[in-house]
Amino acid sequence: MGNFSQKIDRFIEVFIDYNGYLKVMEGLKNTLIIAVLGLVIGILLGTLIATVRVVPKYKRLPRILNTVCNFYVGLFRGTPMVVQLLIFYYVMLPILNLHMTGVQVAVFVFGFNSAAYISEMMRAGIQSVDPGQMEAGRAMGLGFWPVMRKIVIPQAVKNILPTLGNEFISLIKETSVVSFVGAADLYTAFNYIGSNSYEFMVPYLVMAVIYIVLVLIISLGIKLMERSLGKSDRRH
Amino acid sequence: MIDVINLEKQFGQNKVLNGISVTIEKGDIMVVIGPSGSGKSTFLRCLNCMEDPTGGQIIFNGENLADLSVDINIHRRHMGMVFQHFNLFSNKTVIENIMLAPVYVGCSDLKKIKRKNRSTKIKNLFSSSSQQELLPVPMTKAQITANAKKQAMELLDRIGLADKADVYPSTLSGGQKQRVAIVRSLAMNPDVILFDEPTSALDPEMVGEVLDLMKSLAKEGMTMVIVTHEMGFAKEVANKVLFMDEGRILESGAPDEFFGNPGNQRLKDFLSKVLS
Ligand SMILES: Nc1ncnc2c1ncn2[C@@H]1O[C@H](COP(=O)(O)OP(=O)(O)O)[C@@H](O)[C@H]1O
Ligand SMILES: [Mg+2]
Repeated sequence: MGNFSQKIDRFIEVFIDYNGYLKVMEGLKNTLIIAVLGLVIGILLGTLIATVRVVPKYKRLPRILNTVCNFYVGLFRGTPMVVQLLIFYYVMLPILNLHMTGVQVAVFVFGFNSAAYISEMMRAGIQSVDPGQMEAGRAMGLGFWPVMRKIVIPQAVKNILPTLGNEFISLIKETSVVSFVGAADLYTAFNYIGSNSYEFMVPYLVMAVIYIVLVLIISLGIKLMERSLGKSDRRH
Repeated sequence: MIDVINLEKQFGQNKVLNGISVTIEKGDIMVVIGPSGSGKSTFLRCLNCMEDPTGGQIIFNGENLADLSVDINIHRRHMGMVFQHFNLFSNKTVIENIMLAPVYVGCSDLKKIKRKNRSTKIKNLFSSSSQQELLPVPMTKAQITANAKKQAMELLDRIGLADKADVYPSTLSGGQKQRVAIVRSLAMNPDVILFDEPTSALDPEMVGEVLDLMKSLAKEGMTMVIVTHEMGFAKEVANKVLFMDEGRILESGAPDEFFGNPGNQRLKDFLSKVLS
């Protein structure tokens, strides 16, 4: 046990005296930025894809768009996030002659990746909304898109809120691979502390605890949100 | 008001409407009866092109709605529709349900005028000789919303549900839901309202309140097309009754002769079944 308390001492020393805490703060900030912005992009793009996939397909354009979306979803669900990060950073950027930081790349890749997953959830959510809602809106003389935006999508989002929360949680957890493209996340921070104290046990344990606390906070937030959105279901 | 000429509808190989011709005049209360699966709902839904007809014409305000190039949304704003299962928007409160279409239509007309004015202004910048007039902007968005709200409250007052304005539809009884759905369609000041079995999903004790509201609309001269199994209502309120079977109108007429002296054998069988 004495051994372990020594390890803790060494961790604390590096954490405070060698600016370890700054690295951790930065890592935490990047983790949250990547996960939150990734989720926002994912929701916007995913909703768009889902809508394209439920549009009635009498005409040619919706059919073509649908095929494009199917391809997109297949591509992003069929490859691991790390591979997508590496391809984006080391293949796409040079080809397009763009310059981006690791964090920016991670935000986009996380957004594009979660859009593929969220589009599937959203499609199921949209299909779970009573078709009578669309009918009533259309019968009033509103177009397909306005009814989608005002009536169907809000109900679909409410239906899939728990799964959307799970997606956010897995984005948070998956940020642990963004150091592959040079973004400084929690893993980078604790790896720094470990390397400087020649001791990895405590840093990685603390890292695990931080992830768990993050996930617990998010789960709580989702519960609260569900409750406030549940208004329209409650009898009172 | 609506001229239906030789209307046909088929789903795949299944021919559901086999040439229906009927004229709906202003102020008509037309009741459509017939056995289940005879195409009553399909007929009604073709009138506002919720189902696109596969043949024939529907002439409404001088335009053929069956022609896919007409802007159907414009015409639907003049045709209310009331559904068997109410279809109130469950993410909107009662008053929001009623205000939604008037506010949407008001604001989208406003946007069109503003867009037109912007392009006129730009044109005026480039031509010093001929300055075009800007279109008058009738109301602001806030005024549109305020008007819609006032009208919605009046409609809720009319059905005695003003105190339910801010609750969600899930908290209402079936009869209340259907009455809200009816005044929701009234909010657009439609020329005609289409009802598809408005009381079939209701508990028996709530049928009366919905039929009473429909009767009061009839008294005010609202044009209505009603699919229903309420024969008493048809006899009392309708001025035309149609009997449909297998996608055809087998008999039509004023309720007195229609019910008093039915000529068609199938209609006799049907009436003896539903009236017994
Ligand atoms: N969207 C649809 N797709 C395929 N068949 C349909 C559709 N709607 C109705 N039908 C068919 O059309 C026929 C008439 O249905 P409907 O108009 O609902 O009759 P009713 O309202 O008189 O009971 C039925 O055989 C039904 O199966
Ligand atoms: Mg029906």
